[in-house]
Amino acid sequence: MAENSAELRIKGGKVYDPANGIDGEVRDILVRDGRVVDKVSEKARTINAHGMVVMPGGVDIHCHIAGPKVNLSRKLQPEDHRLDVHPGTDVTRSGVGGVTPSTFATGYRYATLGYTTAFDAAVPPLAARHVIEEFHDTPVIDKGFYVLLGNNMFLYDLLKQGRKQDFKEAIAWWVTAARAAGVKLVNAGSDEFWKGRRNENVTDVNEDIDPFDLSPLQATAAFIEAVDELNLPHPAHIHCNNLGHSGNVQTTLDTMKAAEGHRAHIAHVQFHSYAGELGKRVQTGSEAIIDYINTHENITTDVGMVMFGKATAMTADAPLTWMLRFKDTKWVNADTECESGCGVMPFTYQDTNYTHTMQWAIGLELFLLSKDPWRVMFSTDHPNGASFQTYPRLIRLLMDRGFRAEMMKHVNQKAISTCLLPQLDREYSLSEIAIITRAAPARALGLVNKGHLGVGADADITVYTDDENREHMFNAPRYVIKAGKPIIEDHEFVDDHIGRFLHTEPEHDPAIEDQIRPFFEDYYSIRFNNYRVDASYLHDHEVIPLRNSGGKRKKGSK
Amino acid sequence: MHTELELVTAPEVPIEAECLSPAKIKGLSQSGIEHLEMMHGNRKVRVGDFFRVTGNGQCSLRLEGDLSRVKYIGAGMTEGEVRVNGSAGMHLGAGMSGGMIRVSGDASDWVGPEMSGGRIEVMGNAGHMVGSAYRGQRVGIMGGEILIHGNVKNELGSAMRHGLIAVGGQAGDFVGVNMRAGTIIVMDEMGVRPGAGMVRGTIVSFQPVELLPTFSYSCWLRPTFLRFYLCHLGQSGFEVDDVYMGGRYRRYCGDSVEENRGEILVFDSR
Repeated sequence: MAENSAELRIKGGKVYDPANGIDGEVRDILVRDGRVVDKVSEKARTINAHGMVVMPGGVDIHCHIAGPKVNLSRKLQPEDHRLDVHPGTDVTRSGVGGVTPSTFATGYRYATLGYTTAFDAAVPPLAARHVIEEFHDTPVIDKGFYVLLGNNMFLYDLLKQGRKQDFKEAIAWWVTAARAAGVKLVNAGSDEFWKGRRNENVTDVNEDIDPFDLSPLQATAAFIEAVDELNLPHPAHIHCNNLGHSGNVQTTLDTMKAAEGHRAHIAHVQFHSYAGELGKRVQTGSEAIIDYINTHENITTDVGMVMFGKATAMTADAPLTWMLRFKDTKWVNADTECESGCGVMPFTYQDTNYTHTMQWAIGLELFLLSKDPWRVMFSTDHPNGASFQTYPRLIRLLMDRGFRAEMMKHVNQKAISTCLLPQLDREYSLSEIAIITRAAPARALGLVNKGHLGVGADADITVYTDDENREHMFNAPRYVIKAGKPIIEDHEFVDDHIGRFLHTEPEHDPAIEDQIRPFFEDYYSIRFNNYRVDASYLHDHEVIPLRNSGGKRKKGSK
Repeated sequence: MHTELELVTAPEVPIEAECLSPAKIKGLSQSGIEHLEMMHGNRKVRVGDFFRVTGNGQCSLRLEGDLSRVKYIGAGMTEGEVRVNGSAGMHLGAGMSGGMIRVSGDASDWVGPEMSGGRIEVMGNAGHMVGSAYRGQRVGIMGGEILIHGNVKNELGSAMRHGLIAVGGQAGDFVGVNMRAGTIIVMDEMGVRPGAGMVRGTIVSFQPVELLPTFSYSCWLRPTFLRFYLCHLGQSGFEVDDVYMGGRYRRYCGDSVEENRGEILVFDSR
């Protein structure tokens, strides 16, 4: 190590920092004590980045990387792990890869793509402890999760009784108790159909959910409003109803309309942009969806792209995986008491298949038709659309129309001929890629110190060799610096890092606990006092400030 | 000409010796073979630390001694011959696609997983999961022959897709579980639930068996193909009585929880 390991000067790289309006300018990035600063001493170690591309570390806004559902997927696919061993090095630990890598391999493999922050998108409160414990073993990256509240029976009861204020207090309590960074809704209302009526799903978002006298759309709207009014850093993160069904465009539009006047984040919108008739072939509905998003500033979205190859359907949308499962495929359903559902199923996207090709094309169309990269972000809903390990290839598809055309030759031609994709020749620039993979997710999550390289930002920095082949470039950053510490140098791991746990703490009236407790003691399998995640789980953590707090952050105590 | 390796130091914990296959040693000098790497527990060791090597790398390999703690003998082999004078450890011939392995003693669990061609002959007994799919995989062996002269334990040929497995002695439970296609012949008694979840394929038993209720009797027959198979086995050193050659077999089809296109042939009478 150099003379002063806490200080770094990344010299002469082309810096892409869209949040601060820097687009490929050659400049030095200075780092001290884990932060970007404007001055370092003479003794600072210099990293020569001449001719290289410098970006903030990647931020994954929507993935599934920890918790019981990921563990189910790991257990379900031993063959996947056996063929993809992740050996340890002198500084890193070993693991196994595949579509759902083991905890250690997950952290390292994110790092080798230049990602330094990731958010798990679906955690039932009951599983929060498990998730935080797995996070502790997921190295390098900073991480947090959204808590699943969209099918919570207690909250539905409050809505039925019209107790809006208590509803809001209860959401705030749950977010705080689970130590979440946001609120996730998955196919709101579906669990009543699934568990209560045996294997059914929501078909009409305006149909009442028994026994709550409330439609899925009304419930979704109530959550959107409450989360916005609570000033949570990230708006309600919504997995709309009718995922994966032909003709779900209307449902998605209805959901976005229900959010009018409030912030909302529509997750993996690719899976919700299907035109056509229910039960018939999927057609592209990307234009209708992206037009709405382009003209409505209150909506942010991540695309949830599909890439051909192995994936795993892993969702709290239990009826969906029930519908998708085929003979001969493995499928597992898990119960999460009064809070949510869960289904996991290994899945392979094939380029010869009409529907899969359509899904692949719609993901690209949404990006190529998007007008505001700050609101249409990059994700594959790992591992649902594809593993996060396919990000470099998808980035190349966005940046290289020649590569796209070449790939279009080898997919299902019937599907591609009905798509808009062959007519779109837009190419993403490096700056736009930096927005959709870094700056925009950080902004949407309220992470004021991530996704940019201004003074005061966390020193999560990636340095790429500027390669014409963007897949090669994004597959192997030359340097990855996490919290001011070089983790990867010349493509090799040189250090390990634990990474911080990110969560938020909305204010709420403690009296709401007295309302939840009796319901809990009646219906849950564990005691109420064991439910809340206590402070002993928070080792290296940071509280994401609420929107009204002026961006001041509380530093977690060690 | 052949290369001879004699196990002179007994390993304390199992050795994973994927290098003990003709493809890996062919063309190497004696010291080249001695320097090949193996895993001894979690440590890297050299072949020379445990084996006395005689001769250069040939297509024919002789292994002497008790190799019951040496795993992956003949793994991935495509040609040539491996003869083990003694016992062999787990994963014998894993992923092999050609060539021949002959073990004079016993073999352990997982004989020939992921095999797609070639032949494995074990003169003694073998363990569990002979000719089976690795855990989690949908399809097991894709071809080749596994001939066990002694007894085997559970899950013989699970999920096998193609090829022949013959057992001269007894077999454990779940013979041919989840079988996709191929042929399994067991000459002595077999355990419970043969053919559970089988899609296609043939299981032949010379002794009466207890079948699952999802198998139904369809007919009796004197299968011609079986004569060819049994003649072939006779030539390979199995003792096959003439009564089985032209005998009458009861045919049960199943498993009806799957496609009901598999069959179990049970020897009935002369």
